[in-house]
Order: sequence, then structure tokens, then C-alpha cells
Amino acid sequence: MSVALRHTDDGPVLRNLEQLLAAKEIVITCGSGGVGKTTTAAALGAMAAAELGGKVLVLTVDPARRLANALGLERFGNVETRVPTELFEAAGVEPRGELWAAMLDTKESWDALVRTHAPDVETRDAILANPLYQNVTGKFVQSHDYIAMERLYEIHASGRYDLIIVDTPPTRHAIDFLEAPERMADFFSSRLLRWLIAPYRNRLISAASKPFYKVADTILGAQFLEDIAEFFILFQTMYDGFVERAKAVTRTLEDRRTTFVVVSTLESAPVHEAEFFIRALDDRGFHLGAVVLNKVLPDYLLDPSAAASASTMVERSAVVAGKLSPELGEPAVVGRVLHEVGESFLNYRVVATREAEQRAELGRSPDVVATAPYLDADVFDLGGLLRLGATIWR
Amino acid sequence: MIDLLDRRLLFVTGKGGVGKTSIAAALAMLAAEQGKRTLVCEVDAKGNLADFLECGPTAFEPIEVAPGLSAMAMDTEDSLKEYLSLQLKVPLLARVGPLAKTFDFVATAAPGVKEILTVGKLCWEVRERNYDLVVVDAPATGHVVAQLAAPQAINDLVKVGRIREQTRWMVDILSDPAQTGAVIVTAPEEMPVSEALELAERVEDETTVELAAVIVNKVLPELFGRGEEEVFELLGDPPHVDDLAVAVGGPVEPVLDGARLAVNLRRTRAQHLERLRTELPAGPELVYVPYLFTRTHGLRATRTLGESLAAELGV
Repeated sequence: MSVALRHTDDGPVLRNLEQLLAAKEIVITCGSGGVGKTTTAAALGAMAAAELGGKVLVLTVDPARRLANALGLERFGNVETRVPTELFEAAGVEPRGELWAAMLDTKESWDALVRTHAPDVETRDAILANPLYQNVTGKFVQSHDYIAMERLYEIHASGRYDLIIVDTPPTRHAIDFLEAPERMADFFSSRLLRWLIAPYRNRLISAASKPFYKVADTILGAQFLEDIAEFFILFQTMYDGFVERAKAVTRTLEDRRTTFVVVSTLESAPVHEAEFFIRALDDRGFHLGAVVLNKVLPDYLLDPSAAASASTMVERSAVVAGKLSPELGEPAVVGRVLHEVGESFLNYRVVATREAEQRAELGRSPDVVATAPYLDADVFDLGGLLRLGATIWR
Repeated sequence: MIDLLDRRLLFVTGKGGVGKTSIAAALAMLAAEQGKRTLVCEVDAKGNLADFLECGPTAFEPIEVAPGLSAMAMDTEDSLKEYLSLQLKVPLLARVGPLAKTFDFVATAAPGVKEILTVGKLCWEVRERNYDLVVVDAPATGHVVAQLAAPQAINDLVKVGRIREQTRWMVDILSDPAQTGAVIVTAPEEMPVSEALELAERVEDETTVELAAVIVNKVLPELFGRGEEEVFELLGDPPHVDDLAVAVGGPVEPVLDGARLAVNLRRTRAQHLERLRTELPAGPELVYVPYLFTRTHGLRATRTLGESLAAELGV
């Protein structure tokens, strides 16, 4: 695949994450659930602030509480908060720049959007109070994706940060959020929508005569349709703005200052999702900067001579135990230990072999593939983030 | 607590990455092998279910994938058409296509409605007794609660109209533990456990469905028994480690490192498991399924999972 070539015609080939993050203004991490996407985004942010300098923002979605704590997010949430330099110092690092973080709160972000862009106070209040608005913005999956992109656009346009790392919402298909701006624009400018609310705008048209309304009326009840119509009529006042901004967001995503980092583990479901996503990026002409593989098993599991040793330990555990010093313990116990150790190695070897195949598949496309091993402990503070970041940085 | 497989409708849910679909497939397969006419339904049609059953692509129309076991995938447009013709006796319009698209549009804007179609379809299969057990591979987290609460929620949003009348019988099925149960699949890791605990609370607070079981997938085996870990530690030190290399006739350091990794992984995960055990409210059955080293998908994997589940559930 030649995705990377298309975007490097005016710059050096970027060989690792450090170079990638130094060259870009927006880094978007994506991937399926459970692969460590948010942690990776935070780790990259920490490394960028520490090593590259400047003002770095990590925009997260639904982080684990401990990770949120590590970034000082428990109290502030939606508002951008600076990660205190003391936290870096506690980890033994003097950062060259500043790390900021925010947790995307969908409801608050939508409310902020409405407050900013509603044409007048009455409309603003009517929308905020509308029960459908609460539902749509709270539960409508695509609204979640859309608002993340909106927030990104707003932040980038403000020029407040040198680097923005965006952790994407966990959607059913990771690709959904890429299409969210377009879909939202379609949503608001569609003829279907105008047709739907037309009877309620123009009392002269008789709703009862249209078959759709008959059926919908039967299913949902007339009041409900009126409620929906009112909601969309209110929102219509912000249409043009939505459409404009949706287009602007899409342009930002396509810009060469934006890059995507696909995060995955080497289990088959995440790998399939990652492959699908890489193709989708290519289809849309977005830049695939890197693939980050988390929880990668160590290479020694693939070493054939180690495997031979492990087999010996399993098959001839008693014999081998007999050759060892009695200081170790009872030969029967030693034999059992050897057997267990050997068997465990062979079990993990099977997994590692499978994962190596998956890795070969994924590693074909991007220029940068970074791998992170299982860490000794879960990441729950800035030190842990920096340790994780260090394994994938160069 | 009524046995899982003796119920009529099971919603299997859990955070992405824990193996929810594989467990749903395994439960369904187990039920079918027990002689129950079983339907397994994928709600977010990603095609994963087909991988675990090694069947063709799933569709709204169920296909028989094994004796007594059928599989299907939810589809808004198809379920709407079925709903209109069966439930409301509304004559099908000549152009049902555009109507369904519009409905999809409106339904997405008014949540509860789309969920109703999904839950409605499933409850309907239970009511019609086409199957003894319906296993639902439900979407991860938030949405499943919306689905389970939908029949009640729709009542708040929709004041009149046939849809409101239609939800009473659904509520009856969902709130009867003899018929319906929720199953949360999780794994012994930080986020999955947190999500599982949160989900358990939400199912309890926001729905009338009983949480029947929490299935912990990918549980790693204990490597060493009593007194063995000390031996292992000594083994790693000179002169024993050198003696071992000689006795084995090859490198042993990587093999020992592998064991250390295994112990470490197990230990970290055990902490999360402990948290789950302590914080999970009493009621749901806690079931453990071991990590499969040799296979991660396909029919063989599903069968192996089914065997573990059978042992745990005492089937």
C-alpha cells in the first residue's frame, strides 16, 4: 500500500512516533474497544510534552478513573486542565513543554455548542429544555462522534495548542466517527427533514393526507411527531452553521497536518477492525501515520531452541529434575515445577505464533509500527504513561 | 436464581474485547446440544457471530447452523416491515422502502423507538414459542441498557399511539426472571471489570431485567501450586539455572522468563478478579471461563468454551 507516500512528497519520511508527532498538529488515535487506545493517546501526549515541548492537549473519551486521576481530570472533566509539572517531576522528568488534558463530555459539549451558536436566547433555552434534545444528544451514537469532531475543530481553530491528540469514542465501527461530520451535514440539509417538518411549519398543508403521516401517526402518535418537528424547527436555525462546520471539520481531517494512529492488540477481532480501518483511511485519503500494537508478547517465546528446551522440560521432567541439586527440593516437586514451566512456555508460544502472523498482516501498510509489551503493572499514573510511551516512542 | 439455560431470553452483553460474542455463541450451542430449540441473535451485525459458528453471513431471516440452533442478525428495516404487518395490521404501502428509511431517520432521532423494534422482535419470538431459548448477542454497554429499558422508556416519550399499547407484553416478558435474564461478560482486567460493575448497577437501577450471571472470560490458570513457587525462584539463580541448562541441553533463561511473565499476568489479573468478586452485588451467578491458548475463534473454540460453561453451570 502506498498511503504514506502520498503524503510525504514535501517532507522526510517519518520513521517513528517521535518524528510523527513532531511533524503533525493533530493526531487521532483509533481502534476497537479494549486495545488500550485511551492509554496510548495519553502516553503519547505525555511523551510529546516531555520531549518535544510546546503545548500539548490530550482529548480523551471515557477514560478509566485511575487514568483520569493520573492526568488530574477527576474534578474538571470537560474543561481543559493543565497536568501539574509536579506530576512530571514526581516521575523524574523535567518536561520541555506543557501537557493539558480534557475529557469529552458529550452532553456538556452539546450544550456549549447550542449556547454559542443559537440565534437568540429564546431558541437557546427552548432547545436546551426540549426532551428530544436531551435524548438525541445523550444517546444518539453519531452525536457523540460528531461532537468529538466539533470539539476538535473548535480547539484546533483557536490555535491554543501546538499538538492535539484525540482519543476517539468507542463506536461500533471505528469508521463511524470519520463519517460523523458528513452525516450530520446530510442530516440537517436533507430534503427528508424539510419534508418531515413541513406540515408543522406551514399550516396550509394537510398532514392527514400524506400516507407517511398516517402510518407514523398510528405508530407513534401525533403529539410525538409534533415534538420531533418542533425540535428540528428549533435546530434548523443553526443548520447553516452546522453544515459549514461539518465541512470545515472534514477539511481538517484531510489536511496534511493531521494524522491517524491505529491502535490494536494482536488478537484477531481487533486486528480485523484495524485492517478495516486502515483501508477506510486509505479510501478517504486520510493519512495513516502509525500502527501501535499493545500487549505484544516477547520475542523469546518464538525462539525455537527455547521451545526445544521447554519440550524437554515437559517430556523429561523427572529425568531433568534428577540431575539437579537436591538443595532445590524434593525431586517430585522439582519435576512438577519443570513440567509446569515448560508447558506454560509452550502455551504462550502458541499464542505468540498466532500473534506474529497477525502482526505480519498489519505491518504491511504503515511506515511506522510501534509495539508495546505487557507492562509489569497497569498504567495508573504519569510515570506509568511515560514508561509506556518510552516503549513506543522511537 | 433460575438456571441460565432454563430461561427463554438471555441478553449477553459486555465491553468490547472481552469475548462477548464467543460466549453468546457458546451458550447458544450448549443450549441446542441440551435439546433446546435455540435462536442466537446478533444485534450489532458486525459479522463476528458468523465467525464463531462458522456459518454463512447472518441475516434477519434465521438460518439453521446446527441441529436445533438458528442464527440471525437484527435489521431495522426488515424488523419494521415485519412489525407493521404482524403487529399493527397496517397494510403494507406500495413504497415501503422510503418509509423504512424515513422511519430509521426518525427512530434514530427519537431513541427508544429503534430499541423497541429490536427488543420487540426478540420478545415476540419468545411469545410465539418458535424457540425454547433466544440468546441475544447484545451491543456493549450503554446501548443494551437503553434496549432493556426501552419498553418502559417509550411510555414516557410516546403518550398515545399503538406503539405504547404494544409495549405492555414486552415489559411482562422482560421483568419475569423465569423468562428473561441479563448476562454480563467480562475479563479480569481493569476496564472490563469497571464496566461490568457499572453495567450491573445500571441493569439493576434502570431496567426490570434480572441480572442472571456474570461470566468472566479469559481467566489465566494458576501456574504454581503450594511450595512450588519457591522452587521456581531458586531454579532461576546460579548454580541451579546453569545446571538446568546443562541438564536440558539448551537455553533455559527464556523459558524461565516466560514463566515469570505468566505468573505476573496471572497475578495482575487476579487483583481485578478479586475486585469484581468483592464489589459485585449478591444475586448473579459468577462463572469463570479459562483463557484459550490454542484457539481464539471458529467452531472448535466455541465448543471448547461451551464445555467450560457446561462444567461451571452444572449442566
